[in-house]
Amino acid sequence: MDASMFRAWIEQAARLVIDNADHLTHLDAAIGDADHGINLRRGFQAAVAMLHEGDPATPGTVLAIVGRALISKTGGASGPLYGTGFRQAAKALGEDPDVSAVQLGAALQAALEGIQQLGAAAEGDKTMVDALAPAVNAYQTIIDTGGNLPEATRAAADAATRGLHTTINLQARKGRASYLGARTIGHEDPGAASTVLILQALASATEKATS
Amino acid sequence: MKKLINEPDRVLEDALVGVAAAHPSLSVNVADRYITRAGGPTPGKVGLVSGGGSGHEPLHGGFVGYGMLDAACPGEVFTSPVPDQILAATKAVDAGAGVLHIVKNYTGDVLNFQMAAELAADDGLRVEAVVVNDDVAVENSTWTAGRRGTGATVFLEKIVGAAVERGADLGTAAVLAREVNERSRSFGVALSACTVPANGKPGFELGEDEIELGVGIHGEPGRARGKLVSAREIAGIALEAIHADMPLSGEVLVMVNGLGGTPLIELYVVFAAVAQWLAGHGVTISRSLVGNYITSLEMAGASITVCRLTPQLSELWDAPVQTPALRWGR
Repeated sequence: MDASMFRAWIEQAARLVIDNADHLTHLDAAIGDADHGINLRRGFQAAVAMLHEGDPATPGTVLAIVGRALISKTGGASGPLYGTGFRQAAKALGEDPDVSAVQLGAALQAALEGIQQLGAAAEGDKTMVDALAPAVNAYQTIIDTGGNLPEATRAAADAATRGLHTTINLQARKGRASYLGARTIGHEDPGAASTVLILQALASATEKATS
Repeated sequence: MKKLINEPDRVLEDALVGVAAAHPSLSVNVADRYITRAGGPTPGKVGLVSGGGSGHEPLHGGFVGYGMLDAACPGEVFTSPVPDQILAATKAVDAGAGVLHIVKNYTGDVLNFQMAAELAADDGLRVEAVVVNDDVAVENSTWTAGRRGTGATVFLEKIVGAAVERGADLGTAAVLAREVNERSRSFGVALSACTVPANGKPGFELGEDEIELGVGIHGEPGRARGKLVSAREIAGIALEAIHADMPLSGEVLVMVNGLGGTPLIELYVVFAAVAQWLAGHGVTISRSLVGNYITSLEMAGASITVCRLTPQLSELWDAPVQTPALRWGR
């Protein structure tokens, strides 16, 4: 996978975030402060613009620019969290102009660890980690058992979706939703929902790149 | 949505242009989104920087000026500022004595200020941060993001602002800020929801006869929903909650703060009830503030903040202040 695949991923993620911005904001209105879609749309629009401007040559640079853009433009908690995730993934990929499926797995793992460290969130806290952690796990399992890249990214997106569904029955312990306590039960977590979109974008970008 | 705006996505920008036009005492950087005093940093003085989502005006921009803040970083409405703007503001007010960040305890604010402080440290600046968490409506436990920062922010900005104006160093200012936070508690009640302009719809629904007890300044729900009762009963509920958490005694500073959609006459009705309750519990109101200081757009409702004063805190509260939203003694 080269830089163009990673750019296609981010451009697709931006499209999905923009198309679903109202839905994300609606989810956030139920248990948070009704700005997740608005913020993430601003962040991903900035990321796409900065990629266009910077024209990065390696996958690592693509993700570093995305991380920087999300931190600079998103606001809220999701900006630093997703931004840190992309920056940690960028570091894991290094300077290679072409990265393997195994390297991408390590990058996803680094993103998860970065997000967990900054947000101090564990699985079960009703956050983006509840979608990302099972996704990283599913990706690794497919690669470890000899599956190919599109199969692994699709499995990741599906596992994230299942993770998102589990957040419905969870009580939030982190972020603004935690103030609601038991009243968060019955609602999807907006951060987990946006993580699903980003991973769905990764799945379609890798499918297109290998077809 | 019925609002006096031009475009929903440009509200902050347009408002900052207005702040610049209205207040020659302020310098507004519209592109980088921060407000400083017009005269530039005071040599040798610790810089005070605060910030948070917009929609709480006059907090924080209205408190930039002599005796209070050196800079404010307004984020989008109800959204924390981003590290770049906090860093830019920090650099703009650094006068060699270090900069104190005043951060309200919300996950986004804490993360973005933390990233800005790391970037500032990389550039060789001395930065300390104080997190305000005075809202008793949220239990401080491992099951939540911790107590929210609300009304005590105004007290802290005023009192620490006075201290650094007189030459308090960074360490002393941070200790004083934590003391004010420790000695202050708040509780808010919403009578109606508010609408974020970019969102177009109210953040939550309240029935005609319903109130939200322990509401946050972004309309986050609090302890419970209740039926609308008298101002006297609401003041009692708020003060009982505060008193249970931090027993009140001696001299106190009290703020009855409007959330944006409640007229001043009602705030005075609440203040009368607060005064009666405190007198009945042997507590003396020696300083007070009534008005809209930390709002939640057009939300109807009020918050009550109480600070247990010491002679030093009273004296710093009385010190001269000259900002768009708070001014006396000068």
